[in-house]
Amino acid sequence: MELLSFEPPNGRGLSLLHGLANSVGIAFGSFGVGLVIGIGGAYGKLYGGPVVRDLLEVYTTVVRAVPELVLILLLYFAGTDLINQLLTALGHAAIDINGVVAGIGVLGVVQGAYSTEVLRGAILGIPQGQIEAGRAYGMPPGLLLRRITLPAMLPFAIPGLANLWLIATKDTALLAIVGVNELTQTTRTAAGATKAYFTFFMAAGALYLVLTLVSNVVIGRIERWARRGMPSIAGAH
Amino acid sequence: MKPFLKTALAATLIALSSAFSASAEQIKVGFSPEAYPPFYSQDSSGNWGGWEVDIANAICGEAKLDCVLTPIPWDGLIPALKTKKIDAIMNSMSITDERKKEIDFSDKYYNTPTAVIGAKDQKFDATPEGLKDKTMGVQVSTVHAAYAKKHFTEAAEIKEYQTQDEANQDLAAGRIDATQADSIALDAFLKSDEGKACCDLKGYVAPDLEVLGPGVGAGVRQGDTELKNKINAAIKAIRANGKYAEITKKYFDFDIFGDESQSN
Amino acid sequence: MAAEIPVIHAAARASLWMQPHRIALILVALAIVVASIFLMRWDWLPTYLPLALQGIWRTIWLLVVTSALGIAIAIPLGLAQVIGPPILSVPAKVFCTVIRGTPLLLQLWLLYFGLGSLFPQFPWIRESFLWPILRQAWPYAVLSLTISYAGYEGEVMRGAFAGVPRGQLEAARAFGMSRWKMFRRIWLPQAIHRALPTLAGETVLQLKATPLVATITMVDIYAVASRVRQDLFITYEPLLLLALVYMAITGILVFGFRRLEARIPNRLG
Repeated sequence: MELLSFEPPNGRGLSLLHGLANSVGIAFGSFGVGLVIGIGGAYGKLYGGPVVRDLLEVYTTVVRAVPELVLILLLYFAGTDLINQLLTALGHAAIDINGVVAGIGVLGVVQGAYSTEVLRGAILGIPQGQIEAGRAYGMPPGLLLRRITLPAMLPFAIPGLANLWLIATKDTALLAIVGVNELTQTTRTAAGATKAYFTFFMAAGALYLVLTLVSNVVIGRIERWARRGMPSIAGAH
Repeated sequence: MKPFLKTALAATLIALSSAFSASAEQIKVGFSPEAYPPFYSQDSSGNWGGWEVDIANAICGEAKLDCVLTPIPWDGLIPALKTKKIDAIMNSMSITDERKKEIDFSDKYYNTPTAVIGAKDQKFDATPEGLKDKTMGVQVSTVHAAYAKKHFTEAAEIKEYQTQDEANQDLAAGRIDATQADSIALDAFLKSDEGKACCDLKGYVAPDLEVLGPGVGAGVRQGDTELKNKINAAIKAIRANGKYAEITKKYFDFDIFGDESQSN
Repeated sequence: MAAEIPVIHAAARASLWMQPHRIALILVALAIVVASIFLMRWDWLPTYLPLALQGIWRTIWLLVVTSALGIAIAIPLGLAQVIGPPILSVPAKVFCTVIRGTPLLLQLWLLYFGLGSLFPQFPWIRESFLWPILRQAWPYAVLSLTISYAGYEGEVMRGAFAGVPRGQLEAARAFGMSRWKMFRRIWLPQAIHRALPTLAGETVLQLKATPLVATITMVDIYAVASRVRQDLFITYEPLLLLALVYMAITGILVFGFRRLEARIPNRLG
């Protein structure tokens, strides 16, 4: 137990918390990136031309069929590689992409595929008359998205998005394989250094569990807020 | 045509040198974030120290390089170097012909024998006959893994671990009978409480220069001779000015540089 | 006429699918494939093929065994949460929450390295007859993947059991079926039928979780690809091939589940 205290030289509690902070940051970032990709992807799948639709289909199918671990390795090496080659080709110096940023990008691409499907379903769930009415008022597409589509689809999207958020928090653990300094990785090094494998993995498990439970409470609140003014849950289906 | 070509060439060179100078000031030294005492170890607040960290700092100080230690998992080090994520590797990486096809190496900065340790209650030695029907753990993509695959694969079952630390852990747990690695790193494990309880030295493996290489050097990108020469000069300098000996004394009671004449 | 309709239908579908832009896209994809065949390094393939086949076999074995065991545990877990007394339903609920709330990689390492670090303290474990099995990596891989699948599926089965219309069960009781018979003949088949679409998705997720076992020294197809990467210092070729292998297995899984789903309603009549 002394190993988990916050006091150096023996306590590694702080380094675990630092890892947790990184994990939450990466989860937030990748969820956000995924959401942006998802909105674009859902729009593309619904309203895009045939080529866009097919390419998006390939994207979502590949991401959903290939293990995250493999995607992370591929994107982690290929992504930074490509960006730097592009930069050098354009005459800039190669930049350093740190693990956290790379992690956000990689997991964001993975999340984007799932978000695309969730949001596509949610947009289809909106009574289409609302969107048509907006269009009839002469709303430009941007305003239509902001004022009608996004708020109206939110209640339909939230259960799926909540699930994606929980997946995002847990997928950050996979970044330990590429050495990103998140909770699982800090736990692994701390456990290796002290040989207290059991203690540290249990402690990290507890931290992840707390993160999930807190998320669940917050999600519940958001769900109630998004459904305000709507008929009871049974009516929404 | 000619003057134009000249100016174009000059412009490119300037652009190139400015692009390079940006990265030459600060170089990123890759290492895998895992305990490999006494070369790499992490204190409770997450800072890395150890013999190799001190030596890396000494080399960088001598070469007037601003080095940043960058954690990359062991099996991603060479790809990371090639894709410019890092500029050098200083992570007890042995100089081998296999690796020289991919990256360049500085001169060696240490060389120690390769040992096999195993469970105390079993008697065997570090030969194919001794390891017959044993399970041996090695760290992936190390010279030890290559050596074990070449010499022991018919006798023993070889298991590959992400880190040497995990192999040691499984040896202590009894999941494997032996592990092969650098003698100093294994010695540090044998001196720990856990190592003392479970294991002892079984011997040193027969030499195989082709696989084990002449020692440990700093990995640099192929063609990055500027950095390589700087590092080589710095290694020579700290050997000569006593800095190397000073650092080594903190961790070892003997010089781990190995044979003086042998160099890359 | 009746015989002709499906033919027209199939032809129409094919022409719908084979639009000009699709043909262009397929050509582009083919060009990329051909380019990567010639521009990338594949000379290692013959050497590593036997190892790769063995790895694929291990991956599939792991998937089938852990999914089957996981379902077997998930059914009582789901049932306990729906009709169990608190003494059963609360632990089942806690189990599902904990498993679903923590990363599988952490669970795997806790089981493998965490338990492993306890072995030296209990010498009798090493003397037991189970030791030859316990010292290997696969039992921990199977255990951890099974528990994970059971945790997620337990939740799915809870929903599926709860979703079977009460009238069905009341009718069964009215027929004088015993509780066990009612469960076996009515409740379980309908619940599984309801869970099948989700099960297909979860099984694909389970496949995608299998490469984690490579981190505890099990040599599945992912570990084989890692070995190629490490032996030859090439990054992309083995990973791309690996992605292809997983996509193929996913394709087979999805196809299989669709066939299964299509068959079940016919049987129920």
